[in-house]
Amino acid sequence: MSMLAEGTVYGSVASIGYGLAAIGPGIGVGLIFGNGVQAMARQPEAAGLIRSNMFIGFALTEALALIGIVMPFVFGNK
Amino acid sequence: MSAEKLTYLASGSCHFGDAGCGFPAPGLNEFDFKPIFTIGSFYFNKPMLLSMIVAVLVVVFFWASFAKPRLVPGKLQLVGEIGYDFVKRSIVLETIGKKGEKYVPMLVSMFFFIWLMNIMSIIPFAQFPVTAAIAFPAGLAAVVWVTYMTLTFKKHGFVGGFKNLCWPSGIPGWVMFILVPIEFFSNIFVRPFTLAVRAFANMFAGHLLIVMFSVASWYLLSPTLGALYGSASFVVAVALTAFELLVQFLQAYIFVMLASSYIAGALEESH
Repeated sequence: MSMLAEGTVYGSVASIGYGLAAIGPGIGVGLIFGNGVQAMARQPEAAGLIRSNMFIGFALTEALALIGIVMPFVFGNK
Repeated sequence: MSAEKLTYLASGSCHFGDAGCGFPAPGLNEFDFKPIFTIGSFYFNKPMLLSMIVAVLVVVFFWASFAKPRLVPGKLQLVGEIGYDFVKRSIVLETIGKKGEKYVPMLVSMFFFIWLMNIMSIIPFAQFPVTAAIAFPAGLAAVVWVTYMTLTFKKHGFVGGFKNLCWPSGIPGWVMFILVPIEFFSNIFVRPFTLAVRAFANMFAGHLLIVMFSVASWYLLSPTLGALYGSASFVVAVALTAFELLVQFLQAYIFVMLASSYIAGALEESH
């Protein structure tokens, strides 16, 4: 703690921000692929339909994490 | 990679453990290119050159495969048909259905254009994913957006079009108060934005990762124990390149898949 008080810890807050931003999408992507694989195992004949819907859901969830990557560069000085 | 950084790295003076030698972390400078030539205020740089090469490649390939179609396809036509059929069967027929066949040519060319632009990331000497410059995915997303809006208003008329965009069916009336503005905002503004940012940010992050580990494997290379770290970093860079190959395909697939699902939404029968 004393190190923190003296200000020897330095770096970018953006990396912490990205870590936080990745929690939700991480859980979401895990749920989507877990349930997608389960659905495909239960009904292999519907695999094509499930896969395309799975990727749509994956893309929508992942967008949040990706915006998290981009924002530090947008609001960074350089 | 920028020229100064390249000479800086090639000079080989800066390695892990040397005095006053920090890690040359790659940043946004990896995405700035010196213009190859300029006409007035118009700059022509490497991503533009690569995108033009890719456009020519796609046109020439499909022209060569389909200009003189034969009943029994030759080798080139076979490959072209496999590519066309992939987009048609696994994307368009799954999301839009039979009536989407009209849009297959547009989506096929979009898919291969984006995929090849992404693949430029791992082609030697190109080594830059064109979609990591946001103008390219933004332009493509604008094309998708214009198609989406045109189809919506053509199919449903002006009032019906807005109803299709922001009036979800089968929802109790009192939720509409919240839902209609959200649907309006999400369908008209958020959709094209996320479509562009998704393709851009995936390629941006992937390229940054590869550059990061490539720079690190050179930086960590030293006659001490650091060589071990350096080789580990090199292995990670190679593994990431293989992973990027997957991501590049996936992003082109997702872009076209979302585009076709927007078209499907526009073509939906009004309720």
